[in-house]
Amino acid sequence: MSAPLLSLRGVTAYYGAIAALKGVDVDVNAGEIVTLIGANGAGKSTLMMTIFGAPQARDGSIVYDGQDITRMPTHEIARLKIAQSPEGRRIFGRMSVLENLKMGAAVTGFAHYDEDLERMFAIFPRLKERANQRGGTLSGGEQQMLAIARALMSRPRLLLLDEPSLGLAPLVAKQIFSVVADLNREEGLTVFLVEQNAYHALKLAHRGYVMVNGKITLSGQGRELLERPEVRAAYLEGGR
Amino acid sequence: MEYFAQQLVYGLTLGSVYGLIAIGYTMVYGIIGMINFAHGDVFMVGAFLSLIVYLVLVAIGITFVPIALLLVLVIAMMLTALYGWTVERIAYRPLRGSFRLAPLISAIGMSIFLQNYVQVAQGPYLKPLPPVVTGGFKFGAAEGFTVNVSNVQLIIVLTTIVLMAVFSLIVGKTNFGRAQRACEQDRKMAALLGVDVDRTISLTFVLGATLASVAGLMYLLYYGVVDFYIGFVAGVKAFTAAVLGGIGSLPGAMLGGLLIGLIEIFWGAYVSGAWKDVAAFSILIIVLIFMPNGLLGRPEVEKV
Repeated sequence: MSAPLLSLRGVTAYYGAIAALKGVDVDVNAGEIVTLIGANGAGKSTLMMTIFGAPQARDGSIVYDGQDITRMPTHEIARLKIAQSPEGRRIFGRMSVLENLKMGAAVTGFAHYDEDLERMFAIFPRLKERANQRGGTLSGGEQQMLAIARALMSRPRLLLLDEPSLGLAPLVAKQIFSVVADLNREEGLTVFLVEQNAYHALKLAHRGYVMVNGKITLSGQGRELLERPEVRAAYLEGGR
Repeated sequence: MEYFAQQLVYGLTLGSVYGLIAIGYTMVYGIIGMINFAHGDVFMVGAFLSLIVYLVLVAIGITFVPIALLLVLVIAMMLTALYGWTVERIAYRPLRGSFRLAPLISAIGMSIFLQNYVQVAQGPYLKPLPPVVTGGFKFGAAEGFTVNVSNVQLIIVLTTIVLMAVFSLIVGKTNFGRAQRACEQDRKMAALLGVDVDRTISLTFVLGATLASVAGLMYLLYYGVVDFYIGFVAGVKAFTAAVLGGIGSLPGAMLGGLLIGLIEIFWGAYVSGAWKDVAAFSILIIVLIFMPNGLLGRPEVEKV
């Protein structure tokens, strides 16, 4: 089997003196959807940001597509066909939807801008209706769509998705998950998904990791994890 | 009427200079949330550089005024931009991520340093420039009143209008402008999208310094003298203009600059020359009481 697209080994990260990640090993193979589930504050979002060097990992290594990116500045990582739709969406509220999308396309030098824009509008027709509206005036679901579309505008091979269902109506969340599944199936987009909604995430993903307190405690096939009693007890029953 | 129109001309000229400087304050505040107290002194350095470049050009025989002025403009812009860039590099960037007051203290230090440096290098006295641009127009002679508009005033107002238009275009439409606004709103997200934040901040300082150097040249042409202290006074006024217009807002800085210039001139003309600064600051305070974000500033709270 070929080397994973993204490979983390023994990654630690700190906020001041507090260890947020305590030696994390994760592999994401090309073409996979891999999910990371865990409780609030387990370190999932920190891991996503650490992959992008903000904060940088203190120990361990992060290898993407054969290249060690552990010490690379954030903006250079962003130019390696790896994109992130971060926690809290982080839409530029005082920019129009179009400008937000242009921000995503900037790393490609706008080489396929028109084509990609049409594609995004086909996937998320709501964004087309709102194209000239300011990002800050969109609803939560629309902002999430915009965050994903903005990430996709950079034509990534690997998409990091942090809590795309947070705060969304179940129907909207479902729609977003189905978009992710389609992109993976039809275009071979590799996805690393962080979710609190463990049930949906594990059903969608090929493989999953469970994070507790900055450590990976369990990993396996998505379906298989869904059946594990400790996962059911901690993240599914009553939590859904 | 005649008197009023004449004062209006003075006010617009002065307001243009303030507006050009105010943009530098407002842009830097927008992107790193800090008042760059050294910006007024960068303006002063720009005025000195303009003077020096002009004298050098005359010494090497370039005396045709339009060509000389254009060269002065371009060379002084580049040299002043270098100052702006250096100030950010050595006084502010190392303090990024430090406590909030650190870069502010550093800015005050930089301001004092630039003043003293110019005072030592150029001497403490007023440096004169012989009138370079002379002549002007008279308006309204047929209607029974005359308003004088000198060529210098015309150049200042027109240059300011052109620069502000170009500048609005850069910020509004170009990739750099978009990246710049992205950094203002969310630096971390901008980096996640491949924006080199440090470089964008540097370029913001460079742009601000460039406009300040133009203001410096205009000031030099208009008043004909410069000294090491002009940056402090003009800086305070321009900073006031930026706050009045709404700090962080570009149109606000332009509007604020114009208003401060007009208030100063009209107060001096109709009330008392001695109290014109008091008038400008009183109006600032009154505006801030009723509109805490300034005239065109945006409220701090955003819909999330």
